[in-house]
Amino acid sequence: MSAKNLVVISAGLSQPSSTRMLGDRLAAATVEALKTVGADETGIDVDGDDVTVQTFELRDVATDIMNNMLTGFPSPKLQKVIDAVTSADGLIAVTPIFTTSYSGLFKSFFDVIDTEALTGLPVVIGATAGTPRHSLALDYAIRPMFMYLHANVVTTAVFAASEDWGSGADTVKTLPERIERAASELAPLVAASTRSSQVRDPFAIDGSLSPVGGFQPS
Amino acid sequence: MQFGIFTVGDVTTDPTTGYTPTEHERIKNTVAIALKAEEVGLDVFATGEHHNPPFIPSSPTTTLGFIAAQTTRLILSTSTTLITTNDPVKIAEDFSVLQHLSDGRVDVMLGRGNTGPVYPWFGEDIRQGIPLAIEKYALLRRLWDEDVVDWEGKFRTPLQGFTATPRPLDGVPPFVWHGSIRSPEIAEQAAYYGDGFFSNHIFWPAEHTAKMIAFYRQRFEQYGHGDASQAIVGLGGQVFMRKNSQDAVNEFRPYFDNAPVYGHGPTMEDFTSQTPLTVGSPQEVIDRTLGFRDYVGDYQRQLFLMDHAGLPLKTVLEQLDLLGEEVVPVLRREFAVNRPADVPDAPTHASLVAARDAADAVSEDGADVKPVEVK
Repeated sequence: MSAKNLVVISAGLSQPSSTRMLGDRLAAATVEALKTVGADETGIDVDGDDVTVQTFELRDVATDIMNNMLTGFPSPKLQKVIDAVTSADGLIAVTPIFTTSYSGLFKSFFDVIDTEALTGLPVVIGATAGTPRHSLALDYAIRPMFMYLHANVVTTAVFAASEDWGSGADTVKTLPERIERAASELAPLVAASTRSSQVRDPFAIDGSLSPVGGFQPS
Repeated sequence: MQFGIFTVGDVTTDPTTGYTPTEHERIKNTVAIALKAEEVGLDVFATGEHHNPPFIPSSPTTTLGFIAAQTTRLILSTSTTLITTNDPVKIAEDFSVLQHLSDGRVDVMLGRGNTGPVYPWFGEDIRQGIPLAIEKYALLRRLWDEDVVDWEGKFRTPLQGFTATPRPLDGVPPFVWHGSIRSPEIAEQAAYYGDGFFSNHIFWPAEHTAKMIAFYRQRFEQYGHGDASQAIVGLGGQVFMRKNSQDAVNEFRPYFDNAPVYGHGPTMEDFTSQTPLTVGSPQEVIDRTLGFRDYVGDYQRQLFLMDHAGLPLKTVLEQLDLLGEEVVPVLRREFAVNRPADVPDAPTHASLVAARDAADAVSEDGADVKPVEVK
Protein backbone atom coordinates (compact mmCIF):
# COMPACT_ATOMS: atom_id res chain seq x y z
CA MET A 1 0.00 0.00 0.00
CA SER A 2 1.59 3.24 -1.05
CA ALA A 3 0.27 6.76 -0.79
CA LYS A 4 -1.00 8.40 -3.97
CA ASN A 5 -0.68 12.01 -5.02
CA LEU A 6 -3.41 13.54 -7.10
CA VAL A 7 -2.79 17.02 -8.50
CA VAL A 8 -5.29 19.46 -9.94
CA ILE A 9 -4.07 22.21 -12.27
CA SER A 10 -6.66 24.87 -12.97
CA ALA A 11 -6.10 27.67 -15.42
CA GLY A 12 -9.31 29.45 -14.46
CA LEU A 13 -8.93 33.15 -13.97
CA SER A 14 -12.00 34.43 -12.15
CA GLN A 15 -12.84 34.09 -8.49
CA PRO A 16 -14.77 31.89 -8.03
CA SER A 17 -13.88 30.02 -11.17
CA SER A 18 -16.06 27.41 -12.87
CA THR A 19 -12.86 25.83 -14.19
CA ARG A 20 -11.63 25.39 -10.63
CA MET A 21 -15.04 24.03 -9.70
CA LEU A 22 -14.79 21.42 -12.46
CA GLY A 23 -11.31 20.48 -11.24
CA ASP A 24 -12.57 20.09 -7.69
CA ARG A 25 -15.46 17.90 -8.83
CA LEU A 26 -13.14 15.69 -10.85
CA ALA A 27 -10.76 15.36 -7.90
CA ALA A 28 -13.53 14.46 -5.49
CA ALA A 29 -14.94 11.91 -7.91
CA THR A 30 -11.50 10.38 -8.45
CA VAL A 31 -10.91 10.04 -4.71
CA GLU A 32 -14.32 8.42 -4.46
CA ALA A 33 -13.58 6.05 -7.34
CA LEU A 34 -10.24 5.12 -5.78
CA LYS A 35 -12.10 3.69 -2.79
CA THR A 36 -13.67 1.04 -4.99
CA VAL A 37 -10.52 0.36 -6.95
CA GLY A 38 -8.47 0.47 -3.83
CA ALA A 39 -10.50 -2.05 -1.89
CA ASP A 40 -10.58 -4.54 -4.72
CA GLU A 41 -7.23 -4.19 -6.36
CA THR A 42 -4.64 -2.31 -4.43
CA GLY A 43 -5.79 -2.11 -0.86
CA ILE A 44 -5.60 1.66 -0.84
CA ASP A 45 -6.99 3.19 2.29
CA VAL A 46 -8.62 6.25 0.87
CA ASP A 47 -10.21 7.17 4.17
CA GLY A 48 -6.78 7.22 5.74
CA ASP A 49 -4.09 9.56 4.51
CA ASP A 50 -3.25 7.53 1.47
CA VAL A 51 -4.55 9.92 -1.15
CA THR A 52 -3.35 13.49 -1.17
CA VAL A 53 -5.03 16.03 -3.40
CA GLN A 54 -3.07 19.18 -4.19
CA THR A 55 -4.83 21.88 -6.16
CA PHE A 56 -2.99 24.70 -7.91
CA GLU A 57 -4.48 27.69 -9.67
CA LEU A 58 -2.08 28.87 -12.34
CA ARG A 59 -3.19 32.43 -11.76
CA ASP A 60 -1.16 32.31 -8.53
CA VAL A 61 2.02 31.60 -10.48
CA ALA A 62 1.14 33.44 -13.69
CA THR A 63 4.02 35.91 -13.45
CA ASP A 64 6.40 33.14 -12.46
CA ILE A 65 5.44 31.14 -15.54
CA MET A 66 6.17 34.05 -17.85
CA ASN A 67 9.42 34.82 -16.00
CA ASN A 68 10.46 31.20 -16.48
CA MET A 69 9.85 31.59 -20.20
CA LEU A 70 12.07 34.68 -20.23
CA THR A 71 14.87 33.52 -17.94
CA GLY A 72 14.86 29.77 -18.51
CA PHE A 73 14.44 28.75 -14.89
CA PRO A 74 11.49 28.56 -12.51
CA SER A 75 11.14 30.62 -9.35
CA PRO A 76 11.04 28.56 -6.14
CA LYS A 77 7.26 29.09 -6.00
CA LEU A 78 6.74 27.74 -9.52
CA GLN A 79 9.22 24.94 -8.95
CA LYS A 80 6.94 23.62 -6.20
CA VAL A 81 4.01 23.42 -8.61
CA ILE A 82 6.12 21.79 -11.32
CA ASP A 83 7.51 19.26 -8.86
CA ALA A 84 4.00 18.43 -7.66
CA VAL A 85 2.81 17.79 -11.22
CA THR A 86 5.81 15.81 -12.39
CA SER A 87 5.77 13.54 -9.35
CA ALA A 88 1.98 13.08 -9.23
CA ASP A 89 0.25 9.73 -9.65
CA GLY A 90 -2.58 11.44 -11.47
CA LEU A 91 -3.24 14.86 -12.93
CA ILE A 92 -6.52 16.62 -13.43
CA ALA A 93 -5.85 19.43 -15.90
CA VAL A 94 -8.62 21.94 -16.50
CA THR A 95 -8.64 25.09 -18.57
CA PRO A 96 -11.12 27.61 -19.84
CA ILE A 97 -11.46 27.63 -23.62
CA PHE A 98 -10.21 30.93 -24.99
CA THR A 99 -10.42 31.70 -28.70
CA THR A 100 -11.10 28.07 -29.67
CA SER A 101 -8.34 26.52 -27.53
CA TYR A 102 -6.67 26.17 -24.12
CA SER A 103 -5.86 29.45 -22.42
CA GLY A 104 -2.37 30.82 -23.02
CA LEU A 105 -1.63 30.50 -19.32
CA PHE A 106 -2.48 26.80 -19.36
CA LYS A 107 -0.28 26.15 -22.37
CA SER A 108 2.55 28.29 -21.02
CA PHE A 109 2.64 26.28 -17.82
CA PHE A 110 3.11 23.05 -19.72
CA ASP A 111 5.58 24.79 -22.03
CA VAL A 112 8.01 25.43 -19.18
CA ILE A 113 7.93 21.84 -17.95
CA ASP A 114 10.54 19.46 -19.31
CA THR A 115 9.03 17.66 -22.29
CA GLU A 116 9.91 14.26 -20.84
CA ALA A 117 8.68 14.92 -17.32
CA LEU A 118 5.05 13.88 -17.93
CA THR A 119 5.73 10.63 -19.74
CA GLY A 120 3.25 8.03 -18.54
CA LEU A 121 1.42 10.41 -16.21
CA PRO A 122 -2.28 9.48 -15.90
CA VAL A 123 -4.31 12.57 -16.85
CA VAL A 124 -7.92 13.62 -17.04
CA ILE A 125 -8.52 16.73 -19.12
CA GLY A 126 -11.39 19.11 -18.59
CA ALA A 127 -12.48 22.44 -19.99
CA THR A 128 -15.07 25.12 -19.47
CA ALA A 129 -16.60 27.65 -21.79
CA GLY A 130 -19.64 29.81 -22.25
CA THR A 131 -21.19 27.51 -24.81
CA PRO A 132 -21.05 23.78 -25.58
CA ARG A 133 -20.02 24.59 -29.14
CA HIS A 134 -16.37 24.72 -27.97
CA SER A 135 -16.39 21.22 -26.52
CA LEU A 136 -14.27 19.63 -29.22
CA ALA A 137 -11.35 21.87 -28.24
CA LEU A 138 -10.62 19.21 -25.64
CA ASP A 139 -9.97 16.69 -28.37
CA TYR A 140 -8.34 18.77 -31.05
CA ALA A 141 -6.13 20.94 -28.84
CA ILE A 142 -5.75 19.77 -25.28
CA ARG A 143 -5.56 16.02 -25.82
CA PRO A 144 -2.91 16.27 -28.58
CA MET A 145 -0.73 18.39 -26.32
CA PHE A 146 -0.72 15.68 -23.66
CA MET A 147 -0.26 12.99 -26.25
CA TYR A 148 2.83 14.83 -27.49
CA LEU A 149 4.13 14.74 -23.93
CA HIS A 150 3.40 10.99 -23.77
CA ALA A 151 1.05 11.45 -20.87
CA ASN A 152 -1.58 8.78 -20.41
CA VAL A 153 -4.83 10.68 -21.05
CA VAL A 154 -8.05 8.80 -20.28
CA THR A 155 -10.55 8.58 -23.08
CA THR A 156 -13.25 10.62 -21.38
CA ALA A 157 -12.65 14.34 -21.31
CA VAL A 158 -15.08 16.53 -19.42
CA PHE A 159 -16.43 19.71 -20.87
CA ALA A 160 -18.66 21.98 -18.84
CA ALA A 161 -20.50 24.80 -20.58
CA SER A 162 -22.04 27.54 -18.49
CA GLU A 163 -25.46 25.94 -18.84
CA ASP A 164 -24.16 22.65 -17.40
CA TRP A 165 -24.08 24.37 -14.00
CA GLY A 166 -27.79 25.19 -14.13
CA SER A 167 -30.83 25.09 -16.34
CA GLY A 168 -30.34 24.04 -19.92
CA ALA A 169 -27.77 21.40 -18.97
CA ASP A 170 -27.41 18.18 -20.90
CA THR A 171 -29.99 15.87 -19.34
CA VAL A 172 -29.04 12.70 -21.22
CA LYS A 173 -25.36 12.59 -20.30
CA THR A 174 -25.32 14.90 -17.31
CA LEU A 175 -22.21 16.68 -16.06
CA PRO A 176 -22.04 14.56 -12.88
CA GLU A 177 -22.23 11.40 -15.01
CA ARG A 178 -19.46 12.59 -17.29
CA ILE A 179 -17.32 13.53 -14.28
CA GLU A 180 -17.91 10.13 -12.72
CA ARG A 181 -17.02 8.33 -15.91
CA ALA A 182 -13.74 10.23 -16.30
CA ALA A 183 -12.91 9.68 -12.63
CA SER A 184 -13.59 5.96 -12.90
CA GLU A 185 -11.16 5.80 -15.83
CA LEU A 186 -8.49 7.75 -14.00
CA ALA A 187 -8.74 5.96 -10.64
CA PRO A 188 -7.25 2.56 -11.65
CA LEU A 189 -4.35 4.32 -13.38
CA VAL A 190 -3.68 6.37 -10.26
CA ALA A 191 -3.90 3.24 -8.11
CA ALA A 192 -1.35 1.48 -10.29
CA SER A 193 1.00 4.46 -10.55
CA THR A 194 4.35 4.42 -8.77
CA ARG A 195 5.33 7.88 -9.96
CA SER A 196 5.10 9.60 -6.58
CA SER A 197 7.36 7.04 -4.93
CA GLN A 198 9.99 7.10 -7.65
CA VAL A 199 13.29 8.81 -6.95
CA ARG A 200 14.23 10.98 -9.89
CA ASP A 201 17.89 11.58 -10.56
CA PRO A 202 18.30 14.83 -12.49
CA PHE A 203 21.85 13.73 -13.28
CA ALA A 204 20.91 10.33 -14.64
CA ILE A 205 22.90 9.77 -17.78
CA ASP A 206 21.75 7.57 -20.60
CA GLY A 207 23.56 4.25 -20.19
CA SER A 208 24.65 4.35 -23.80
CA LEU A 209 26.68 7.52 -23.27
CA SER A 210 30.39 7.01 -23.69
CA PRO A 211 32.49 10.02 -22.71
CA VAL A 212 34.75 9.33 -25.67
CA GLY A 213 32.02 8.72 -28.21
CA GLY A 214 31.51 5.84 -30.56
CA PHE A 215 35.16 4.98 -31.01
CA GLN A 216 38.12 4.19 -28.79
CA PRO A 217 41.01 6.61 -28.60
CA SER A 218 44.25 4.71 -29.10
CA MET B 1 42.67 31.10 -7.37
CA GLN B 2 42.12 32.93 -10.65
CA PHE B 3 39.81 35.89 -11.13
CA GLY B 4 38.75 37.36 -14.40
CA ILE B 5 35.97 38.50 -16.67
CA PHE B 6 34.04 36.90 -19.46
CA THR B 7 32.22 38.68 -22.22
CA VAL B 8 29.29 37.70 -24.37
CA GLY B 9 30.16 40.31 -26.97
CA ASP B 10 26.68 41.71 -27.46
CA VAL B 11 26.04 44.96 -29.28
CA THR B 12 23.17 46.34 -27.23
CA THR B 13 21.57 49.76 -27.20
CA ASP B 14 22.19 51.64 -23.98
CA PRO B 15 18.62 51.91 -22.64
CA THR B 16 19.42 55.12 -20.75
CA THR B 17 20.73 57.05 -23.77
CA GLY B 18 19.44 55.15 -26.79
CA TYR B 19 23.01 54.93 -28.07
CA THR B 20 24.04 51.81 -29.98
CA PRO B 21 27.75 51.26 -30.52
CA THR B 22 28.91 50.19 -33.96
CA GLU B 23 30.41 46.73 -34.35
CA HIS B 24 33.77 48.43 -34.80
CA GLU B 25 33.39 50.28 -31.51
CA ARG B 26 32.24 47.18 -29.70
CA ILE B 27 35.24 45.19 -30.91
CA LYS B 28 37.65 47.95 -29.93
CA ASN B 29 35.88 48.33 -26.59
CA THR B 30 36.28 44.61 -25.96
CA VAL B 31 40.03 44.99 -26.40
CA ALA B 32 40.05 48.03 -24.09
CA ILE B 33 38.16 46.00 -21.49
CA ALA B 34 40.64 43.12 -21.74
CA LEU B 35 43.61 45.47 -21.38
CA LYS B 36 41.92 47.04 -18.37
CA ALA B 37 41.50 43.58 -16.87
CA GLU B 38 45.27 43.11 -16.92
CA GLU B 39 45.88 46.64 -15.67
CA VAL B 40 43.70 46.17 -12.59
CA GLY B 41 45.32 42.84 -11.74
CA LEU B 42 42.81 40.31 -12.99
CA ASP B 43 44.09 36.95 -14.22
CA VAL B 44 41.75 35.91 -17.03
CA PHE B 45 39.90 37.41 -19.96
CA ALA B 46 37.48 35.14 -21.82
CA THR B 47 35.34 35.88 -24.83
CA GLY B 48 32.24 34.11 -26.10
CA GLU B 49 31.72 32.99 -29.68
CA HIS B 50 28.71 33.95 -31.78
CA HIS B 51 27.85 33.84 -35.43
CA ASN B 52 24.81 36.08 -35.53
CA PRO B 53 24.01 39.73 -34.88
CA PRO B 54 23.91 41.49 -32.46
CA PHE B 55 27.11 39.74 -31.37
CA ILE B 56 30.64 40.51 -32.56
CA PRO B 57 32.95 37.72 -31.37
CA SER B 58 32.86 35.36 -34.34
CA SER B 59 36.63 34.94 -34.42
CA PRO B 60 37.83 34.63 -30.81
CA THR B 61 41.45 33.69 -31.46
CA THR B 62 41.92 36.76 -33.67
CA THR B 63 40.73 38.99 -30.86
CA LEU B 64 42.65 37.08 -28.21
CA GLY B 65 45.84 37.20 -30.31
CA PHE B 66 45.48 40.95 -30.62
CA ILE B 67 45.03 41.21 -26.86
CA ALA B 68 47.93 38.85 -26.24
CA ALA B 69 50.22 41.20 -28.15
CA GLN B 70 49.35 44.04 -25.77
CA THR B 71 49.45 42.18 -22.48
CA THR B 72 52.05 40.25 -20.55
CA ARG B 73 50.29 38.46 -17.75
CA LEU B 74 46.63 37.98 -18.66
CA ILE B 75 45.43 34.45 -19.45
CA LEU B 76 43.30 34.43 -22.61
CA SER B 77 40.36 32.11 -22.73
CA THR B 78 36.92 31.61 -24.20
CA SER B 79 33.38 31.42 -22.89
CA THR B 80 32.73 29.34 -24.84
CA THR B 81 34.33 27.92 -27.98
CA LEU B 82 31.69 26.02 -29.89
CA ILE B 83 32.86 22.43 -29.98
CA THR B 84 29.68 21.37 -31.76
CA THR B 85 29.89 23.52 -34.88
CA ASN B 86 33.62 24.25 -35.20
CA ASP B 87 35.99 21.84 -36.85
CA PRO B 88 38.20 20.32 -34.14
CA VAL B 89 41.13 20.57 -36.52
CA LYS B 90 40.68 24.33 -36.71
CA ILE B 91 40.26 24.61 -32.94
CA ALA B 92 43.45 22.60 -32.38
CA GLU B 93 45.41 24.76 -34.81
CA ASP B 94 43.98 28.16 -33.86
CA PHE B 95 44.64 27.64 -30.18
CA SER B 96 48.09 26.17 -30.74
CA VAL B 97 49.08 29.27 -32.71
CA LEU B 98 47.61 31.45 -29.99
CA GLN B 99 49.56 29.46 -27.42
CA HIS B 100 52.83 30.12 -29.23
CA LEU B 101 52.10 33.81 -29.77
CA SER B 102 51.10 34.37 -26.15
CA ASP B 103 53.86 32.21 -24.68
CA GLY B 104 51.37 29.83 -23.18
CA ARG B 105 48.89 32.35 -21.75
CA VAL B 106 45.90 30.57 -23.19
CA ASP B 107 43.31 28.01 -22.26
CA VAL B 108 39.96 27.22 -23.81
CA MET B 109 36.44 26.61 -22.57
CA LEU B 110 34.33 24.38 -24.75
CA GLY B 111 30.57 24.66 -24.96
CA ARG B 112 27.80 23.54 -27.21
CA GLY B 113 26.08 26.80 -28.00
CA ASN B 114 22.36 27.32 -27.71
CA THR B 115 21.61 29.39 -30.80
CA GLY B 116 19.49 27.03 -32.87
CA PRO B 117 20.28 28.25 -36.40
CA VAL B 118 24.06 28.15 -35.83
CA TYR B 119 23.94 24.36 -36.06
CA PRO B 120 22.37 24.19 -39.53
CA TRP B 121 24.46 27.15 -40.70
CA PHE B 122 27.48 24.98 -39.97
CA GLY B 123 25.87 21.84 -41.33
CA GLU B 124 24.95 20.29 -37.98
CA ASP B 125 21.79 19.33 -36.08
CA ILE B 126 21.15 20.79 -32.62
CA ARG B 127 19.57 17.51 -31.54
CA GLN B 128 23.01 15.97 -31.91
CA GLY B 129 24.55 18.53 -29.55
CA ILE B 130 25.86 16.04 -27.00
CA PRO B 131 27.19 13.45 -29.50
CA LEU B 132 28.84 16.30 -31.43
CA ALA B 133 30.50 17.65 -28.30
CA ILE B 134 31.72 14.21 -27.34
CA GLU B 135 33.06 13.09 -30.68
CA LYS B 136 34.63 16.39 -31.63
CA TYR B 137 36.37 16.80 -28.30
CA ALA B 138 37.73 13.29 -28.44
CA LEU B 139 39.26 14.20 -31.79
CA LEU B 140 40.55 17.56 -30.54
CA ARG B 141 42.24 15.76 -27.66
CA ARG B 142 44.02 13.42 -30.02
CA LEU B 143 45.05 16.20 -32.41
CA TRP B 144 46.82 17.91 -29.52
CA ASP B 145 48.14 14.83 -27.75
CA GLU B 146 49.32 12.77 -30.73
CA ASP B 147 51.65 13.91 -33.50
CA VAL B 148 50.07 11.79 -36.21
CA VAL B 149 46.37 10.99 -36.14
CA ASP B 150 44.33 8.43 -38.04
CA TRP B 151 40.69 9.10 -37.29
CA GLU B 152 37.25 8.26 -38.47
CA GLY B 153 34.00 9.41 -36.91
CA LYS B 154 30.45 10.34 -37.61
CA PHE B 155 30.53 14.10 -37.82
CA ARG B 156 33.67 14.92 -39.78
CA THR B 157 35.51 13.72 -42.81
CA PRO B 158 38.12 11.09 -41.85
CA LEU B 159 41.77 11.91 -41.26
CA GLN B 160 44.65 9.69 -42.31
CA GLY B 161 48.18 10.51 -41.26
CA PHE B 162 47.17 14.00 -40.18
CA THR B 163 49.35 16.25 -38.05
CA ALA B 164 47.75 19.36 -36.57
CA THR B 165 50.23 22.15 -36.88
CA PRO B 166 51.87 23.87 -35.11
CA ARG B 167 52.35 21.32 -32.33
CA PRO B 168 51.29 22.70 -28.93
CA LEU B 169 53.81 24.94 -27.19
CA ASP B 170 56.37 22.81 -25.31
CA GLY B 171 54.32 19.78 -26.32
CA VAL B 172 51.66 20.73 -23.77
CA PRO B 173 48.19 21.63 -25.11
CA PRO B 174 46.09 24.41 -23.60
CA PHE B 175 44.14 23.42 -20.51
CA VAL B 176 40.51 22.67 -21.36
CA TRP B 177 37.42 23.70 -19.45
CA HIS B 178 34.00 22.36 -20.34
CA GLY B 179 31.21 24.84 -19.84
CA SER B 180 27.64 23.84 -19.24
CA ILE B 181 24.52 25.08 -17.57
CA ARG B 182 22.42 21.99 -17.29
CA SER B 183 23.86 18.95 -19.06
CA PRO B 184 25.24 16.27 -16.77
CA GLU B 185 26.75 14.63 -19.85
CA ILE B 186 29.18 17.53 -20.17
CA ALA B 187 30.11 17.32 -16.48
CA GLU B 188 30.69 13.62 -17.07
CA GLN B 189 32.90 14.38 -20.06
CA ALA B 190 34.96 16.92 -18.11
CA ALA B 191 35.36 14.43 -15.26
CA TYR B 192 36.38 11.62 -17.59
CA TYR B 193 39.27 13.60 -19.03
CA GLY B 194 40.20 15.27 -15.76
CA ASP B 195 39.53 18.62 -17.42
CA GLY B 196 38.04 21.68 -15.76
CA PHE B 197 34.30 22.17 -15.42
CA PHE B 198 32.87 25.65 -15.63
CA SER B 199 29.35 26.32 -14.49
CA ASN B 200 27.90 29.38 -16.14
CA HIS B 201 26.05 29.84 -12.83
CA ILE B 202 24.59 33.24 -13.64
CA PHE B 203 21.26 32.29 -15.14
CA TRP B 204 20.30 29.53 -12.76
CA PRO B 205 19.63 29.17 -9.07
CA ALA B 206 22.63 28.35 -6.92
CA GLU B 207 21.05 25.10 -5.81
CA HIS B 208 21.25 23.80 -9.38
CA THR B 209 24.90 24.82 -9.76
CA ALA B 210 25.72 23.15 -6.46
CA LYS B 211 24.29 19.82 -7.64
CA MET B 212 26.01 20.02 -11.00
CA ILE B 213 29.41 20.74 -9.44
CA ALA B 214 28.95 17.99 -6.84
CA PHE B 215 28.19 15.55 -9.64
CA TYR B 216 31.31 16.60 -11.58
CA ARG B 217 33.50 16.34 -8.48
CA GLN B 218 32.21 12.88 -7.67
CA ARG B 219 32.78 11.64 -11.22
CA PHE B 220 36.25 13.27 -11.34
CA GLU B 221 37.20 11.19 -8.32
CA GLN B 222 35.64 8.02 -9.74
CA TYR B 223 37.67 8.42 -12.93
CA GLY B 224 40.81 8.44 -10.81
CA HIS B 225 42.04 12.00 -11.27
CA GLY B 226 42.25 12.73 -7.56
CA ASP B 227 39.97 13.48 -4.68
CA ALA B 228 36.62 15.13 -5.44
CA SER B 229 37.86 18.22 -3.65
CA GLN B 230 40.72 18.45 -6.17
CA ALA B 231 38.54 18.69 -9.26
CA ILE B 232 39.01 21.90 -11.28
CA VAL B 233 35.95 24.09 -10.92
CA GLY B 234 35.13 27.46 -12.42
CA LEU B 235 32.09 29.66 -11.83
CA GLY B 236 30.48 32.56 -13.58
CA GLY B 237 29.29 35.60 -11.70
CA GLN B 238 27.58 38.83 -12.54
CA VAL B 239 27.93 42.06 -10.60
CA PHE B 240 27.33 45.75 -10.75
CA MET B 241 28.92 47.94 -8.10
CA ARG B 242 29.03 51.45 -6.80
CA LYS B 243 30.49 52.66 -3.53
CA ASN B 244 26.96 53.11 -2.25
CA SER B 245 24.70 50.15 -2.71
CA GLN B 246 21.63 52.19 -3.62
CA ASP B 247 23.54 54.03 -6.36
CA ALA B 248 24.40 50.68 -7.93
CA VAL B 249 20.77 49.56 -7.79
CA ASN B 250 19.48 52.78 -9.33
CA GLU B 251 22.10 52.91 -12.05
CA PHE B 252 21.89 49.24 -13.06
CA ARG B 253 18.11 48.86 -13.00
CA PRO B 254 17.40 50.18 -16.52
CA TYR B 255 20.12 47.91 -17.90
CA PHE B 256 18.67 44.96 -16.02
CA ASP B 257 15.10 45.72 -17.01
CA ASN B 258 16.02 45.89 -20.69
CA ALA B 259 18.78 43.26 -20.81
CA PRO B 260 18.43 40.95 -23.81
CA VAL B 261 18.63 37.79 -21.74
CA TYR B 262 16.30 38.41 -18.81
CA GLY B 263 14.85 41.85 -19.41
CA HIS B 264 11.13 42.52 -19.14
CA GLY B 265 10.84 39.47 -16.92
CA PRO B 266 11.47 39.12 -13.20
CA THR B 267 12.26 42.12 -11.06
CA MET B 268 15.92 42.78 -10.36
CA GLU B 269 15.23 41.96 -6.72
CA ASP B 270 13.78 38.53 -7.61
CA PHE B 271 16.59 37.81 -10.01
CA THR B 272 19.30 38.74 -7.52
CA SER B 273 17.72 36.52 -4.91
CA GLN B 274 17.31 33.60 -7.32
CA THR B 275 20.67 33.81 -9.15
CA PRO B 276 24.19 34.97 -8.25
CA LEU B 277 23.62 38.45 -9.74
CA THR B 278 24.79 41.00 -7.18
CA VAL B 279 24.00 44.67 -7.50
CA GLY B 280 25.38 46.74 -4.68
CA SER B 281 28.55 47.86 -2.91
CA PRO B 282 31.93 46.19 -3.35
CA GLN B 283 31.48 44.71 0.12
CA GLU B 284 28.19 43.11 -0.92
CA VAL B 285 29.91 41.63 -3.97
CA ILE B 286 32.69 40.30 -1.76
CA ASP B 287 30.25 38.72 0.67
CA ARG B 288 28.12 37.13 -2.03
CA THR B 289 31.09 35.78 -3.98
CA LEU B 290 32.72 34.30 -0.90
CA GLY B 291 29.43 32.52 -0.33
CA PHE B 292 29.84 30.56 -3.57
CA ARG B 293 32.46 28.44 -1.83
CA ASP B 294 29.82 27.30 0.65
CA TYR B 295 27.99 25.37 -2.04
CA VAL B 296 30.65 24.38 -4.58
CA GLY B 297 33.67 23.92 -2.32
CA ASP B 298 37.11 25.48 -2.83
CA TYR B 299 37.37 26.26 -6.49
CA GLN B 300 39.85 27.49 -9.04
CA ARG B 301 38.43 30.18 -11.28
CA GLN B 302 35.88 32.96 -10.86
CA LEU B 303 34.85 34.93 -13.93
CA PHE B 304 32.50 37.91 -13.85
CA LEU B 305 30.25 39.17 -16.60
CA MET B 306 30.70 42.95 -16.59
CA ASP B 307 30.17 44.40 -20.06
CA HIS B 308 26.73 43.47 -21.33
CA ALA B 309 23.24 44.90 -21.74
CA GLY B 310 24.41 48.16 -23.27
CA LEU B 311 26.58 49.38 -20.40
CA PRO B 312 28.87 52.10 -21.81
CA LEU B 313 32.61 51.47 -21.95
CA LYS B 314 33.31 54.15 -19.36
CA THR B 315 31.03 52.43 -16.87
CA VAL B 316 32.52 49.01 -17.57
CA LEU B 317 36.05 50.36 -17.01
CA GLU B 318 34.92 51.91 -13.71
CA GLN B 319 33.45 48.56 -12.74
CA LEU B 320 36.76 46.90 -13.50
CA ASP B 321 38.59 49.44 -11.34
CA LEU B 322 36.32 48.56 -8.44
CA LEU B 323 36.67 44.86 -9.12
CA GLY B 324 40.45 45.00 -9.34
CA GLU B 325 41.07 47.45 -6.53
CA GLU B 326 38.44 46.70 -3.95
CA VAL B 327 36.98 43.26 -4.56
CA VAL B 328 39.51 40.83 -5.96
CA PRO B 329 42.32 41.55 -3.46
CA VAL B 330 39.92 40.75 -0.63
CA LEU B 331 38.59 37.67 -2.43
CA ARG B 332 42.15 36.40 -2.97
CA ARG B 333 42.92 36.81 0.71
CA GLU B 334 39.65 35.37 1.99
CA PHE B 335 39.44 32.42 -0.41
CA ALA B 336 42.95 31.43 0.71
CA VAL B 337 41.77 31.16 4.31
CA ASN B 338 41.24 27.54 5.29
CA ARG B 339 41.85 26.38 1.73
CA PRO B 340 43.31 22.88 2.04
CA ALA B 341 46.89 22.63 0.76
CA ASP B 342 46.03 19.75 -1.56
CA VAL B 343 43.37 21.71 -3.46
CA PRO B 344 45.20 22.66 -6.66
CA ASP B 345 45.25 26.03 -8.37
CA ALA B 346 43.83 26.27 -11.86
CA PRO B 347 46.31 24.66 -14.25
CA THR B 348 48.44 27.08 -16.28
CA HIS B 349 50.88 26.41 -19.08
CA ALA B 350 53.78 26.57 -16.59
CA SER B 351 52.13 24.16 -14.16
CA LEU B 352 51.21 21.73 -16.94
CA VAL B 353 54.77 21.76 -18.29
CA ALA B 354 56.13 21.20 -14.79
CA ALA B 355 53.70 18.33 -14.19
CA ARG B 356 54.64 16.74 -17.50
CA ASP B 357 58.38 17.09 -16.76
CA ALA B 358 57.93 15.64 -13.29
CA ALA B 359 56.06 12.67 -14.72
CA ASP B 360 58.77 12.17 -17.36
CA ALA B 361 61.50 12.34 -14.74
CA VAL B 362 59.80 9.69 -12.63
CA SER B 363 59.34 7.35 -15.58
CA GLU B 364 62.99 7.80 -16.61
CA ASP B 365 63.96 6.75 -13.10
CA GLY B 366 62.27 3.48 -13.86
CA ALA B 367 59.51 4.06 -11.35
CA ASP B 368 56.28 2.27 -11.88
CA VAL B 369 54.27 4.81 -13.81
CA LYS B 370 51.25 3.59 -15.64
CA PRO B 371 49.41 5.76 -18.09
CA VAL B 372 45.85 6.45 -17.14
CA GLU B 373 43.83 3.60 -18.44
CA VAL B 374 41.27 4.59 -21.02
CA LYS B 375 38.04 2.68 -21.01
